[in-house]
Amino acid sequence: MYQTRKKQLFISMKSVKQHNLISRLTLSTIALLFLFTLNLSAQGDAKNGKKLFNSNCAACHKLDKDLVGPALGGITEKRENAWLKAWIKDNAAFQKVDADAKEAAAYSPTAMNAFPQFSDQDIDDILEYTKPQEPVITAGGPVQTFAAPVKQDNTLLYILGAIMVVMLLMLFNLYRTINELKGDAPKSRSFSEQANGVWEAFKRNKFLHFLMVIFFLLMTAYFAFGWMSQVGVDQGYQPIQPIEFSHKIHAGDNKIDCQYCHSAAKHSKSSGIPSANVCMNCHMNISEVADDTKIGNHGKDILDKEIQKLYDAVGWDPEAAGGGAYTGETKPIEWVRIHNLPDFAYFNHSQHVNVAGQKCQKCHGPVEEMDELYQYAPLTMDWCISCHRETEVDMTENGYYKKIHEQLAKKYGVEKVTVAEMGGMECGKCHY
Amino acid sequence: MKKVIKNIIVLVVMVVALTSCDRSKRAPNLQYMPNMYEPVGYETYGDNPNYTPGMEERLPVDGTISRGSEFPYDYENTPEGYELAKTELKNPLTEIDAERAKSLYTIYCASCHGSKGDGQGTLATREKFLGIPAYKDREITDGSIYHVIMFGKNMMGSHASQLTEEERWQVVAYVQELKNN
Repeated sequence: MYQTRKKQLFISMKSVKQHNLISRLTLSTIALLFLFTLNLSAQGDAKNGKKLFNSNCAACHKLDKDLVGPALGGITEKRENAWLKAWIKDNAAFQKVDADAKEAAAYSPTAMNAFPQFSDQDIDDILEYTKPQEPVITAGGPVQTFAAPVKQDNTLLYILGAIMVVMLLMLFNLYRTINELKGDAPKSRSFSEQANGVWEAFKRNKFLHFLMVIFFLLMTAYFAFGWMSQVGVDQGYQPIQPIEFSHKIHAGDNKIDCQYCHSAAKHSKSSGIPSANVCMNCHMNISEVADDTKIGNHGKDILDKEIQKLYDAVGWDPEAAGGGAYTGETKPIEWVRIHNLPDFAYFNHSQHVNVAGQKCQKCHGPVEEMDELYQYAPLTMDWCISCHRETEVDMTENGYYKKIHEQLAKKYGVEKVTVAEMGGMECGKCHY
Repeated sequence: MKKVIKNIIVLVVMVVALTSCDRSKRAPNLQYMPNMYEPVGYETYGDNPNYTPGMEERLPVDGTISRGSEFPYDYENTPEGYELAKTELKNPLTEIDAERAKSLYTIYCASCHGSKGDGQGTLATREKFLGIPAYKDREITDGSIYHVIMFGKNMMGSHASQLTEEERWQVVAYVQELKNN
């Protein structure tokens, strides 16, 4: 066995000697290719590194800012590759053998996780990603500055429009005067004479007078009633809120469930205005909006200040060491209440959300499409009652009330019982 | 000419009269009897001049145990408290309502942790919130999950104000199910 191997080796050595030139050429091409692939993989690595970084490291590290852990941009210039690999794979074990590592661990009271699942290549990829990137110059860059704000000014348009109207009126008048001068005037005079005739006849007819009075009374009653029945109805009410919060971005684009923030809706009468600590669950990390975020015509420059308002309210200093800290100085955010029932009407969210299983949108409309929230439903008694009349009670899988449900269905001679039939129209349910 | 001017004035007055009925959407509407509409007591999220700052919503006093509480939590919000909870604490619930646990998880956790617990929630895939681990990659126990829901960890905040004690344990059970399956 050994001998054959030796022989083979000998043969191959020999063949190298024989084809010296060719082998050198192939060797150098292989070397070139190898270099080339290395180069290629280095570029691809940063991409893979970004992916790994985002899913494993970004909870505690950012490239440009200290968070729970230190900023990692340019870390390869500070520490050696081997040291970093040992640290990332199992920092607790590494601390026992390396003094530097022990010092590094003192950065934060929170210990870093071990990542034994990373291969050397994975870590190289991540480190490639943390290397300072050269600023990418896009061809469209300078052009954009030229194409910047063209102010829309509508006043000139309005003035022009007004002038047009006046000129049209003048033309019309001129046309009439010309006609009169031409002698076509008698025609129009006969028309006014005719009108006069009708008027004289109307003045003498008592029955017509009576009809007119009735007509005007009815019209007045109609309009007066219409006006009175909208008193106290705030449908479409859209007050200006202290923070430009967009439900469209949070509930629509990011698909955060309504009850994530309005967590009291499942247990309580009130749906709950989230206290600011709920906002901070995400905004501790998200201190600025994405570049292309827009609410109406407000862009990033304005919206970043809106997040700052939240920080001012909860007393959060995002610049503090360790990724930010609470200063302890808080102040309330004075949201303006939109949906407001009068004090004499009782409404309970948990009954509708938990027991009935209604979607929030049923009463609040397409909130996930509203940048600025408004009152969607009229919230009148008529509106409540008509829903109670139509909505059928889900009686399946409710053993406790099975008997009463059957009795009710029998009593009304129906298959399904509506909310109204179960007492959803008793006065005392909502007014007491 | 005089007639024309008169007509124009009548038209303008009519248009103004009709459009002025359209009330502003920024201000609340008129009320019949505000005394009946406005509550006498302080409302949940209203002003209360007796407090500084003057809001009715208050934090409970430190160490408050909610009424009907069955599982008060004594572990401290420190790395040591975390380790302690991780090793000794077990889920005290005897009955797990799988459906409710799932719906609670979907509302309160899935935006980041993903519906499968793989760290690929909507906020993660849209790159709003990064670095969310998959449950399978982490050493987690009943106690450590509960501790993190209670106090948060790293960039995750406390979710104690959004979930009751019992709901937190339901979520713990569902997270364990996601991790193990």
